Amino acid sequence: MKKNHTIRKVLAYIRPYLVQILITLLLSLGVVAGTLYTPILIGRAIDLCVAGQIHMDAIARPLLAAAVLILGTSLLQWLLGILNANITYAVVRKMRRDAMCKIHRLPLSYLDAHRVGDTVNRVISDVDTFSDGLLLGFTQFFTGVGTILGTLVFMIVLNKWIALLVFALTPLSLFVAKFIAEHTHDMFLEQSRIKAEQTALINETVTAQKVIIAFSQGKQSLEKFDGVNRRLSKCAVRALFYSSLTNPSTRVVNNLVYLGVALVGGYFCIGAAPLMSVGTLAVFLRYANQYTKPFNEISGVITELQNALACAERIFELLDADEIAELPTATDIDRVDGSIVFDCVSFSYTREKKLIKDFNFSAAAGQRIAIVGPTGCGKTTLINLLMRFYDVNSGEIRLDGRPTTEILRPALRKNFGMVLQDTWLREGTIRDNITMGKPNATDEEVIAAAKAAHAHHFITTLPDGYDTYIDESGGALSAGQKQLLCISRIMLCLPPMLILDEATSSIDTRTELKIQNAFATLTKGKTSFIVAHRLSTVRTADCILVMRDGNIVEHGTHEELLAQNGFYASLWNAQFSI
Amino acid sequence: MKRIFKYLSKYKIESVLAPLFKMLEATFELLVPLVIKKLIDVGIVQGDRMYILSMCGLLVLFCAIGYISAVTAQYFSAKAAVGVAEDLRHDLYAKVQKFTYRDLDRIGVSNIITRLIGDVGQVQTGINMTLRLLLRSPFIVFGAMIMAFTIDVKCALVFAVAIPLLLAVVFTIMLVTIPLFVKVQENLERILRVIRQNLTGVRVIRAFGIEQKESAAFDRENDAHFRLSRFVSRISVLLSPLTYLIINIAIVVLIYTGAIRMEYGLLTQGALIALYDYMSQILIELIKFANFVILLTKSAASAARIDEFFALGEPLARTSAPDIETDAHLIFDRVSFGYTAGTKVLSDISFSAKRGQTIGVIGGTGSGKTSLVNLIPRFYDADVGGIYLDGKNVRTLDAVSLRHRIGVVPQKAELFSGSIRENLAFGNPDATEEEMLAAVHTAQGDDILCEKEGLDTYLAEGGKNLSGGQRQRLTIARALVADPEILILDDSASALDYATDARLRAAIAERKDPPTTLIVSQRTAAVMHADLILVLDRGCLVGKGKHDDLMKSCEVYREIYESQFKEADAE
Repeated sequence: MKKNHTIRKVLAYIRPYLVQILITLLLSLGVVAGTLYTPILIGRAIDLCVAGQIHMDAIARPLLAAAVLILGTSLLQWLLGILNANITYAVVRKMRRDAMCKIHRLPLSYLDAHRVGDTVNRVISDVDTFSDGLLLGFTQFFTGVGTILGTLVFMIVLNKWIALLVFALTPLSLFVAKFIAEHTHDMFLEQSRIKAEQTALINETVTAQKVIIAFSQGKQSLEKFDGVNRRLSKCAVRALFYSSLTNPSTRVVNNLVYLGVALVGGYFCIGAAPLMSVGTLAVFLRYANQYTKPFNEISGVITELQNALACAERIFELLDADEIAELPTATDIDRVDGSIVFDCVSFSYTREKKLIKDFNFSAAAGQRIAIVGPTGCGKTTLINLLMRFYDVNSGEIRLDGRPTTEILRPALRKNFGMVLQDTWLREGTIRDNITMGKPNATDEEVIAAAKAAHAHHFITTLPDGYDTYIDESGGALSAGQKQLLCISRIMLCLPPMLILDEATSSIDTRTELKIQNAFATLTKGKTSFIVAHRLSTVRTADCILVMRDGNIVEHGTHEELLAQNGFYASLWNAQFSI
Repeated sequence: MKRIFKYLSKYKIESVLAPLFKMLEATFELLVPLVIKKLIDVGIVQGDRMYILSMCGLLVLFCAIGYISAVTAQYFSAKAAVGVAEDLRHDLYAKVQKFTYRDLDRIGVSNIITRLIGDVGQVQTGINMTLRLLLRSPFIVFGAMIMAFTIDVKCALVFAVAIPLLLAVVFTIMLVTIPLFVKVQENLERILRVIRQNLTGVRVIRAFGIEQKESAAFDRENDAHFRLSRFVSRISVLLSPLTYLIINIAIVVLIYTGAIRMEYGLLTQGALIALYDYMSQILIELIKFANFVILLTKSAASAARIDEFFALGEPLARTSAPDIETDAHLIFDRVSFGYTAGTKVLSDISFSAKRGQTIGVIGGTGSGKTSLVNLIPRFYDADVGGIYLDGKNVRTLDAVSLRHRIGVVPQKAELFSGSIRENLAFGNPDATEEEMLAAVHTAQGDDILCEKEGLDTYLAEGGKNLSGGQRQRLTIARALVADPEILILDDSASALDYATDARLRAAIAERKDPPTTLIVSQRTAAVMHADLILVLDRGCLVGKGKHDDLMKSCEVYREIYESQFKEADAE
């Protein structure tokens, strides 16, 4: 059922290429016919070569025809190859482009629920497997079936008895291949299990190699590794050996077919009025030699097709996922004052677990709101709601009195400057990274922003200064330096509202203090939300939201909350219980 | 490549027998057309059914011998390939154990893992296929030609023309496409990076509203990949039609030449069919060989990378240096250090500490705190100046025995899969149950053992089934089990709350023969009670003394203190 569904989707997807695909099928038919008919022409020529009565003119005729046919066949083969490549790569390009556009239109709930590696795999290897398997596999399958059927037809026409013999023997080859595959299956499972074990061990120990050095545990570590290594090797020899039996074994079957043809064909050729000519025997031997090849290929292609279909399913799962939708009434906004109201907001990531329930809160424009709580209490949930990475389940959040759902998401987000704890750098130069929100910024602006974020000093010590190229991981930059870069971005855009999610956690307290002063100047009269684990940095906030287990349990000023003597007070006291 | 041969020499018998049996198999394949020739020329022409039957019997025999040879070859090549892979992995892993911190910084974890897993696997496949195909395919191709010559020299000339022509076509196409395929792969990896980047940074991208720009950047990579792939495939799809054309035209020419020869009675019909057979065998074998060469280039690249890997690493040398007369336990004497030539992370650091003292090391991000303590166990060697332990320069000491005297608790709390007991044994393999429990007690970790199943609690990979704080306390216990004379806590209490941190420091001081302890931290609270506080700023020692003195004399220290304890004046 699901399979049919996927096939229908695949067909819909490749509809623009349908004509081209039909042409490739016609071309492959031509190739098959040409390939199979050539030996017959050659056989005819051989039949004319009877000692003593050779007419070169007569022999030349089928040979000339064969030459033309060969030329034509290879031409068709060439066209087929080019057309196939064109279709395959065009589909691949379209799929990847669609996937990329899709990623930008998917809700965060989808992206958060799928691991990055998983989605990347869908777009890279699944698309490749799909195109290789489905498009090339399809023509291969078609050619294979065509060759088998064509050979059968030609053989029946030439001599039905030998055709029958070949036909009767061929399933043997499939049977042998299947037999071996089934019996090596367990060995492969065992091999991949040990391989996974070894990979896990390597990952763990190499990642923590410095600890191993520190405790001089190299010898012990090697011993442990060798244990797994030996087991893997023992199992790998068997798996490799047994699986490599497939080829010789199917070749044996092929040879049996060849042998049968030679024997029976030989008998048929005997006598004054033979049932078959020697030329025909040559044709049969040629067919017999190649006949089982498409069978082997087809069984390979079928697995490939199944793989491709599975990949297609995974790709369409991504391409067909629900997208974020804006309300039809949603509009753009200009710069805002920045008053935020949470009105009866309820939210949860999953239906089972209610997180925020009926939360009411308002922040006047220009206030500093601190969000505190122990690790894992869901502080980032609030950011998700403010930025509309997620939408509330009920109630509403209002910006300047307007429900945020009535504002187009990009317009809303432009008004927030966000710095997250997990710094994200784009592959490119330092300058590219700073100008992310303002691509046409001048050099002076960029340097001013970096200076405000206290990043200018370290940038100038890099080999190429602002033009230093960094990769996604940030290369040689320390965690603190990466955070400074992310802060520089915000300093350049000067958005009216700020969201800082432990934005300075890797920066030492002295620099942090200086940056906060810069932030304060920057957000003068603007609203800011600050997530922090250092309680000393939040005590001056206009309002503190205290979170626990995903819910907001208390809110108020530092003094009010201490007076309440609740959860916040216990957090605060724990810090200075020395 | 040379190195691979050295590894193969351990499997001399296998690596000789595998290709030998493969050639035996090929020999019998080459004999088949000759049998068919006899079958036709004698059996059919004379109408001798028994002869035909006996020829078929001969074919059965050939087939059986061929099969046995193939299986034997397959076994030997699998054994040699897997054996070399096992030895390579062992030696690579042993090599990793010899790396220093500096080597690890330079090489990187992902590189090591790729060498150990991906490249070794590629080499294994390469060896397996080489043993099976390197000799077999050329043997069949040229064997077929030689057999053709034994049948009829004139006709064999067609082979002599067709084979070089085929080789030229196959290798030209491969020479052109292989480097292009490498480029296509690099292209694909760029696309992969862009996608991953867009996924990991999705929040930032949406916050800045730059989705369009990112999509456009992706389209550029995607289009480049499309164009290059299509270009490469336009060349590579030539292979199959061209070889088909050459072989089949050669067959046509062969039959025509054969017919002329037959006219003069120089060739039989059976011989002609045998020649036809040989020509067909060549094509199949050549295509196989072309695929093998592609695989071989990949394996050779892997082998080269493995080779380079073995050349990496500079082991620590023991040098001679004079001792100094002192009663201090640890001395830094005008030490300077940098990770790469020309850069300085630490400059001119001098201090000394008595046995059992506590030394606090404080400073901002990148001020060189960790670098300073890493010099003591010789994780890195100082560029200038000397570090002395009981008056002996550490560079004169053996790294292993030196590290046994020092307990290190690194910044990142890393544990290994296995029981807690096994993890603690890292510090001291001979530690008794009591010693382990005592160490855990000092590290404030009794509750971990209570909550779980004591010392036998099984830790998942990297200790992931513990919280960050629990992991950190166990790494402290691991260092204490060795009863070290020097204990280095590198910001190791960052995941602990202030109270636990304070109790931990007190417990260490209460131990019998308390170690000389270095506490690295960004928090003044963690170091303010130390006997000596070192204040670092961009690699320079800007303050040295006790808390009260530093508050008076050291501006940097005062600033750090105030940023943490006084009202943050952010408005």
